[in-house]
Amino acid sequence: MTSALALTWRQYRLERKMFWRNPSAAFFNFLLPLIFLSLFGAIFSGSQKNLDVIVPGIAGMSIMSTTFSALAMNMVFLREQGVLKRLRGTPLPSGAYLGGLAAHAVTNTVVQIAIVVGAGAAFFGVGMPKDWLELIVFTTAGVVCFASLGVALSHAIPNFDSAPAYVNAIFLPVIFISGVFYDAGNAPAFLRDIAEVLPLIHLIDGLSAAMVTGAPLADHVPDLAVVLVWAALGIFLAVRGFSWEARRG
Amino acid sequence: MIWAMDIAAPAILVRDLHKSYGDVHAVRGIDFDVARGEVFGLLGPNGAGKTTTVEVLEGYRERTSGIVSVLGHDPGSRPRALRERVGIVLQDSGTYRHATVRELVTHWAGFYPAPRDVDEVIDLAGLRESEDVLTRRLSGGQARRLDFALALIGDPELIFLDEPTTGFDPAARRAAWDTIRALAELGKTVLLTTHYLDEAQALCDRVAIIKDGRILAVGAPAQLGVGATSRYRVSWRDHDGSLVTRETDDPTALLHQLTSAALARGMGLTDLSVTRPSLEDVYLELTASGGAMEGEPAR
Repeated sequence: MTSALALTWRQYRLERKMFWRNPSAAFFNFLLPLIFLSLFGAIFSGSQKNLDVIVPGIAGMSIMSTTFSALAMNMVFLREQGVLKRLRGTPLPSGAYLGGLAAHAVTNTVVQIAIVVGAGAAFFGVGMPKDWLELIVFTTAGVVCFASLGVALSHAIPNFDSAPAYVNAIFLPVIFISGVFYDAGNAPAFLRDIAEVLPLIHLIDGLSAAMVTGAPLADHVPDLAVVLVWAALGIFLAVRGFSWEARRG
Repeated sequence: MIWAMDIAAPAILVRDLHKSYGDVHAVRGIDFDVARGEVFGLLGPNGAGKTTTVEVLEGYRERTSGIVSVLGHDPGSRPRALRERVGIVLQDSGTYRHATVRELVTHWAGFYPAPRDVDEVIDLAGLRESEDVLTRRLSGGQARRLDFALALIGDPELIFLDEPTTGFDPAARRAAWDTIRALAELGKTVLLTTHYLDEAQALCDRVAIIKDGRILAVGAPAQLGVGATSRYRVSWRDHDGSLVTRETDDPTALLHQLTSAALARGMGLTDLSVTRPSLEDVYLELTASGGAMEGEPAR
């Protein structure tokens, strides 16, 4: 008998295998943040202050790209191609399928965070994370938040051809105003105000505390709260708008 | 007793099914049964409501009203026990593009409690030569075979085929027909939709002709030609050489007249033929005059 857990595991294994066979998916989900890390690391190599901003910033960006961007595009593709509809007609439980898909995205996140943390310690003088628990808490909250927002966004994207435009129209401005590449405190006030409403800047603040400054979790409860509010909104919209097939016409 | 009842019950039962999308009434009250082991066809032009009907039975769409039973289950609640016993070939559906045929069929086998042998299904679907090909490299015909393979791997009792050969070249169609006949020989129940008459005639035990969301006629393809409205068509060449055709409900009397007149004249009757309307005639008549047929009961 095939238990739901075993089916989730099989689905996860299939997603991993397919991921590595698709060079462009592997590149955009995996290598691009690492390239950014090396480039900006090289540019700011003279200033530890800047490096201390870049490393947690790239970590935050990695969480967003591996969950939000990847899932939004993936869901649109799977829906448009009819893969979701076909699976819907099999006995595979929806939870096992979506669980496998989510676990696949989380694996990408974990691997990237590990690489960013490792590179931060080895090459960019950031040292090992000061608060592992804080790192885990913020990474988990970030994953839930951006994964659900990615699925929610996929409902609004009409077709796969336009998916990169929709995703990047959100992803790129958000990473620029949220202090991935510079200290967001130096940005103009109106941009900072917009960024403060969005979750990424708060996720990066939390990651920065965990990885660089060592400020305790208790100091960053408001940041965590903003991420979790977005997560709740994301889950609500992701579930509410969910459709197994492409809209007609 | 339960076992006996189960055998006697039809595989599919549909009573007064309605389905609307907003103001559009795609299905307007249809009834039919599909017996176990039967190959049943929904035949009709595009937009007739065939796919909507099938998708209600597959559990993809909620019906607006009516009674529907598939293998004793209500497909609207999509019970897993039902999905384990049903195979679905959708009109158009993609799959994992970076997996090989064999990998996918093997993966799909894991969804089902008692799947068929992977090699057996690959052979049945005619995919032996392309079992190690990535699905994104398959031709249209091969991709359709993969659809069949994925629908059959769970060893379903009932198989839905939505326009299984649309867009095929003649050779691919024949191959698909052979696969469907093989399913029938295995005792599977098949519900297929098609807008090809020859396909319905070649494959189906019974056909329902559907148009504008209503069933216009149901019966075996051969029987549909001799329904209440159908007549015999007798034609012959008259003594002045012109071809005469007459439709009649009683060809015996007409033939008797014709032959005795010919004998009396001492001339043969040339080009004499007696034909019954083909399924095609009935189909064209019914679907062309859909408006006129609307008032008539379909059952």
